[in-house]
Amino acid sequence: MTTNEIISPENLVYTKTKVMNDTPMHYCPGCSHGVVHKLIAEIIEEMDFQEKTIAIAPVGCAVFAYKYLDIDWQQAAHGRAPALATAIKRLLPDRLVFTYQGDGDLAAIGTAETIHAANRGENIAIIFINNGIYGMTGGQMAPTTLVGMKSATTPNGRTVGLNGNPLDITKLLAQLDGTCYVTRQSVHTVASVRKTKKAIRQAFENSMDGKGTSVVEVVSTCNSGWKLSPAASNDWMVENMFPAYPLGDLKNE
Amino acid sequence: MEEVRLMKGNEAIAHAAIRCGCDGYFGYPITPQSEIMETLMELEPWNTTGMVVLQAESETSSINMVYGGAGCGKKSMTSSSSPGISLMQEGLSYIACAELPCLIVNVMRGGPGLGTIQPSQADYYQSVKGGGHGDYKLITLAPGSVQEMADHTVMAFDLAFKYLTPVLILADGIIGQMMEKVVLPPFQPRMTEAEIREKYPWATLGKPANRKPNVITSLSLQAEEMETINLRLQSKYRKIEENEVLLEEFSCEDAEYLIIAFGITARICQKTVEMARAEGIKVGLLRPITLFPFPTKEISHYADKVKGMLTVEMSAGQMVDDVRLAVNGRIPVEFYGRMGGIVPSPDEVLKALKDKIVK
Repeated sequence: MTTNEIISPENLVYTKTKVMNDTPMHYCPGCSHGVVHKLIAEIIEEMDFQEKTIAIAPVGCAVFAYKYLDIDWQQAAHGRAPALATAIKRLLPDRLVFTYQGDGDLAAIGTAETIHAANRGENIAIIFINNGIYGMTGGQMAPTTLVGMKSATTPNGRTVGLNGNPLDITKLLAQLDGTCYVTRQSVHTVASVRKTKKAIRQAFENSMDGKGTSVVEVVSTCNSGWKLSPAASNDWMVENMFPAYPLGDLKNE
Repeated sequence: MEEVRLMKGNEAIAHAAIRCGCDGYFGYPITPQSEIMETLMELEPWNTTGMVVLQAESETSSINMVYGGAGCGKKSMTSSSSPGISLMQEGLSYIACAELPCLIVNVMRGGPGLGTIQPSQADYYQSVKGGGHGDYKLITLAPGSVQEMADHTVMAFDLAFKYLTPVLILADGIIGQMMEKVVLPPFQPRMTEAEIREKYPWATLGKPANRKPNVITSLSLQAEEMETINLRLQSKYRKIEENEVLLEEFSCEDAEYLIIAFGITARICQKTVEMARAEGIKVGLLRPITLFPFPTKEISHYADKVKGMLTVEMSAGQMVDDVRLAVNGRIPVEFYGRMGGIVPSPDEVLKALKDKIVK
């Protein structure tokens, strides 16, 4: 068999989505962002929505998400992405509008914008990367940092007395009448990647069907911030993050 | 014939916004400007022009909704009063850096802090010197009548789209609340999406196959790139200073003394000028209509013609700094003002004029 015979189109089993461009990513090896970016790009291509999507990038590691997906972007001030998305979707109701936010952005500084956009039932999708830490600023405590977890601002581990409780904002969002779909997924195994892709696709479809706000939390790793290898980070996430943030649908209406 | 109507300054802004083809208003209630959103909600423009009106959960959110709308090339606006405008400063800095066109209305009340709900002009520094972090400016218009509240709404959007920059209407509680005659601007249609795509190709409306993605951002991690952005902004502000200064002069031709005041204070000082002239004091009034760009050249010109200037503001004295910079020590520049929501009377301004300038 010659090389040309092997690479013939009928043997093609995988190709990079055209919505993803060729810019080298700044994310650390092992980081979950790259996988989620790719899933979003694939879904936009499969839905044929490249020309009709406006995405909102957060402040945090994913601030540069706009470098990697070949769609129109707005980059928001820290935490304000749902406010931008609200206006964009209301002014352009036939567009797919989604925010991409981390735990500090969504669950600390942007709590008001997140809760109120979701409570109004804005027809947007919120992709929420929860790795329990501020990655970009150097690994400080996030609202979702677990009790006992070490970070740059909890060097001896988070304590409830000093730092307060971790915030399960996704559970909170599921209580709101404006949300139609709230789910928690991960991307650490092939099976979980497939489930997350399905969840994001449903979130996008919901927002185009005018069903209200969809939230897809992806429990993620930050091996640089956690000071663990990528493989050890996955294990640590399964052992520690999943009990606090259990996977599955919290709401699907 | 033009229809003359009687309404509040706040109401005039709402009517003018709909009529000039505004696409979206995003706001949060605060006295003394709540009639702007209330009027819009009563008029239901989404049923006529298609304009979106939304009550946000905070001023922080409403200014970021404006960012989102403006980033799509849509005519977007918000309004608030002093404490709410303070909350918007983060968003304004981002909007200025991202070079997005939009309108912000500040119907000023007495501060600092929660202050009072009575009129004030103490947000002058915040308005014309930047307000948020970084080197930026807002084009700042200071209406002095209900008619100008309507006219400036139209003009503000024109300037915002001409220079791709946020424009601030800096009014106060009196102009917002008082009722006067007004002729509303004619209706103009909202821009179509095709028009936006043609005129403002940077707008994020969705990426057609034949162009690169549009990205609205204010981030640049390379210092050299960020300095280039800053230089571009500064060159834009110089152009605005060269081309967009507006002012009104009253009895200035033979004036030996000059009062400088903006907004409602200028209306009060107009009466003072009449009273002073009746006593034989030759005084004129210069009313800056644009506070940035400031009429520096025009004031400098008068520094060679008059014996002294009195700046009158409802503040501890803020614009007086810019007047003194324009005059640069050539003649005395004095200040008279009231604070915390107190409105000066023409008599007390006249007394100040005599005590401080006409000696």
